[in-house]
Amino acid sequence: MKILAIESSCDETSAAVIEDGCRQLSNVVASQIKSHKRFGGVVPEIASRHHVEFITLVIEEALQRAQCTLKEIDAVAVTEGPGLVGALLIGVSAAKAIAYAAGLPLIPVNHIAGHIYAANLNDTLEFPLLALVVSGGHTELVYMKESGSYEIIGETRDDAVGEAYDKIGRVIGVPYPGGKHIDEMAHHGKDRYNFPRAMIKEDHYDFSFSGLKSAFINKVHNAQQRDEVLDSNDLAASFQAAAVDVLIDKTIRAAKEYPVKQVVLAGGVAANSALRNELAKAVEHELPNVRLIVPPLSLTGDNAAMIGAAAYIAYTRGERAELDLNAKPGLSL
Amino acid sequence: MPTIHIESLDETATLAQTLAQLLTPYSVICLEGTLGAGKTTFTQSLAAGLGIRRAVKSPSYTLVREYEEGRLPLYHIDLYRLEEAAVEDLYLEDYYESPGVTVIEWGSNAPEELPKEHLLIEIKTFAEQPTVREFIFQAKGNKYERLIQQLIDEYLKHKKGE
Repeated sequence: MKILAIESSCDETSAAVIEDGCRQLSNVVASQIKSHKRFGGVVPEIASRHHVEFITLVIEEALQRAQCTLKEIDAVAVTEGPGLVGALLIGVSAAKAIAYAAGLPLIPVNHIAGHIYAANLNDTLEFPLLALVVSGGHTELVYMKESGSYEIIGETRDDAVGEAYDKIGRVIGVPYPGGKHIDEMAHHGKDRYNFPRAMIKEDHYDFSFSGLKSAFINKVHNAQQRDEVLDSNDLAASFQAAAVDVLIDKTIRAAKEYPVKQVVLAGGVAANSALRNELAKAVEHELPNVRLIVPPLSLTGDNAAMIGAAAYIAYTRGERAELDLNAKPGLSL
Repeated sequence: MPTIHIESLDETATLAQTLAQLLTPYSVICLEGTLGAGKTTFTQSLAAGLGIRRAVKSPSYTLVREYEEGRLPLYHIDLYRLEEAAVEDLYLEDYYESPGVTVIEWGSNAPEELPKEHLLIEIKTFAEQPTVREFIFQAKGNKYERLIQQLIDEYLKHKKGE
């Protein structure tokens, strides 16, 4: 079964053809990061305009690379939320038009579910599992008892971890997106500022990164007032250690309480090398019977292949949308 | 300009919750202040004061988050990432014209998108005293002049009562 999947919830305009939920016949991503750099982030109105420009091109390219036509496609899938409303609407409208014109079923997909199912494209998910979904807009621990069932057992109460990375990156003057640069700088620095590990001792699985962000900013501003110069690499290393410690501590504890077979690291921040390496070590030491799955770097960011992978599961569960499907910017799992 | 001096997070919460009690439908509040000044923290307490139990998360990435379950609906908007871009068609009027409370962070990034009448709150920080804040209030429109007076009276009453 072949699904044409479309994703346009934030920066990326993407289309993919996925066979049986696990084989990528194509995955085309038109990134807008270059044009966003100037503005220090995603600009919704600009994002929408770019999506309009790219959407038909990426869909045609995805079909071409998969060497198929719409006649060989069995269903159309699209991200319905969460995301920026103007951006989501472009993908939703395109998917509805294709579904209507070609007489195909339409499958609505939650963006977060897509991030988790990205792991199914290069590996096989086994249930029950625990997924840590980390990105610019999300920090969530999701328990999946079985395929297609989602329970959020922990989430951020204020800033997402990727957002905290981008904001502190701004404070020390690294280009957008800040996460990659902070990760690189951290390798050359030491964790010497002892930033707070928020909520690490509390027995729930929620996160908070706003206090860490404020502590970081205070440290920098205080030093500026006293004309002290702090080592940027040490600042990056200290921030990263605090963020990663909390993410790993809560993930390991949750995986012990919920008897899972796998831990899945998903979302754009899954590209962070410290998070990947430290989580791998922690799972190996503390969860001997659990396997860690980390999708390849090419599938951690936003892309349509992951939407196609999640759509296949939704399809087998009978989930369909009608042509009145709308974008749902605040959609939860 | 009317200013309230705050020593701790608890006092910020009291101030925000006092304001929440006084708000009427179609209110718009603009929060200004540097990164980490406490704009989202203030909004979280305001939301609690409106009876919203859910966590109020930063809308930096999603632009808008909506909370319908309180005494008044709350629309939490963050224009942080708009910067100097030419912004149009954000359709924020839909929120201003709804009978709820709209809170806008970083409105100065898109001043032409703000309604003429609103309550402007500037949060000042002090590098040497990380827990101290100054809240400076400015009314844009008569409705908000009365609101500021009420807020200061009520807040001082609360503080005396403690």
